[in-house]
Amino acid sequence: MYVAVKGGEAAIANAHRLLADRRRGDRSVPALRLDQIVEQLALGVDRVMSEGSLYDRELAALAIVQARGDMIEAIFLVRAYRTTLPRFGYTRAVETGAMLVERRVSATYKDLPGGQLLGPTFDYTHRLLDPELAAGGDVEEPLRRENEAEAMPRVSAILAREGLIEPDGDMPRDHIPGDITREPLEFPMARDIRLQALSRGDEGFLLALGYSTQRGYARNHPFVGEVRIGEVELELDVPELPFAVPLGSIRVTECQMVNQFKGSAKAPPQFTRGYGLVFGQSERKAMAMALCDRALRATEFGEDVVAAAQDEEFVISHSDNVQATGFVEHLKLPHYVDFQAELDLVRRMRAEHDARENAGKAEEKREAAE
Amino acid sequence: MRGQEAREQAERKAVMATLAQSSGDDIVRLWNEAGLPSEAELLRGPETGLVTVRGRIGGGGAPFNVGEATVTRATVRVPAGQVGHCYALGRDREKARLSAIADALWQDPARRGEIEARLVAPLRAAQHEAREKRRAETAATKVDFFTMVRGED
Repeated sequence: MYVAVKGGEAAIANAHRLLADRRRGDRSVPALRLDQIVEQLALGVDRVMSEGSLYDRELAALAIVQARGDMIEAIFLVRAYRTTLPRFGYTRAVETGAMLVERRVSATYKDLPGGQLLGPTFDYTHRLLDPELAAGGDVEEPLRRENEAEAMPRVSAILAREGLIEPDGDMPRDHIPGDITREPLEFPMARDIRLQALSRGDEGFLLALGYSTQRGYARNHPFVGEVRIGEVELELDVPELPFAVPLGSIRVTECQMVNQFKGSAKAPPQFTRGYGLVFGQSERKAMAMALCDRALRATEFGEDVVAAAQDEEFVISHSDNVQATGFVEHLKLPHYVDFQAELDLVRRMRAEHDARENAGKAEEKREAAE
Repeated sequence: MRGQEAREQAERKAVMATLAQSSGDDIVRLWNEAGLPSEAELLRGPETGLVTVRGRIGGGGAPFNVGEATVTRATVRVPAGQVGHCYALGRDREKARLSAIADALWQDPARRGEIEARLVAPLRAAQHEAREKRRAETAATKVDFFTMVRGED
């Protein structure tokens, strides 16, 4: 017999009304506008776009406000919104070498074409809270240095000229890039699918795994060949036009991780690589992604799979924070019937245990009496 | 003839790129200032959808899917008969509609000069300025290494 229990509609409606009130907070404080969030909490917006897997700043800002600043809730909202839109197609692959660079650093070469451009970085700040910011003072305009625009080839291309590094990752010629939004995950998976999953993966999870590889769990001696942040142009092939239609630009962060060697009897030793590419400005995420990408290539290089970061099924199955939060948080929803069954079970087990114990005691007594 | 066709396509694509990079507000403002005609038959949209953004493994290798982006598109026919298209990142429907009309008007030799001069040229100039400003601000953060010599030789 199954008895459905209904109830809680009024409580739920009232809870959501209360949520809306608490979200708004003190009415004497001005409400946040989306453009304020886009402009002043830009990296939070970028994180929601990256892990929500949807590039749209205003939507990400709306999600952040609606989620009261709870990033994973905001990411969930964005993911859900995506499913309501039709799909127009796949863009041509972005050309990161032609990026309008806003930051570009290399830890492997001091003097490289285009130079080291620090851009708007937290690096080298003292991490001291700034009371002036709390007071809302004016901010100086940035300085400008007028010079000729220099080409900024990717560092991997420089190493490739000497053959010292493995080439950019190739796939068989007839390979169509996999899409985890269309097909269910299957293991083992090709590197292109892994990269898609990593690019939308949870920053904290990938950061911890990347960190674990540095601490010795799947150690592979990484150097940041290059991190670059900036805008790249998007183009889409459409049937109604004889050329790829330009869509505008998006900001991305790219990380080229250079790792220790791999060679064989046939091939001389070369540096190996991990790659990271994420929406928005997030070099922590792009670096963590590149570390994980390299660790997950263990089998390809004949390395022993001994650490969590090398275990493809473990990493990819648990990198999505919307799935993770869904399964963890569902535990708080009513499980009354399941729990009733468990209660029944534990009571029965205890009764059996008591019965055995009593029988044992009776036996002891009988033996003692004899 | 072939070369001319290719050149014309490249110019048309450049106009579309400029419009796609512009804000809807700027397009509307210039449109009104120039008094451009905005009557057109809507053949499709404006409608918002998704494109999946692709990158390349290692920067230049095999393509992979990075994530999605919102795109709004529109297709229109202007009274003179030309059909214009727009695809642009974001969800601005009016921008898409006007950009599609601009694409249609641009294909009309009688209108092309006006579209180029009154709409595209000012947008292009503003974008060029913004890009150069961004580049110069970034360039100011370039590291100039120097060597410290200690002691006497």
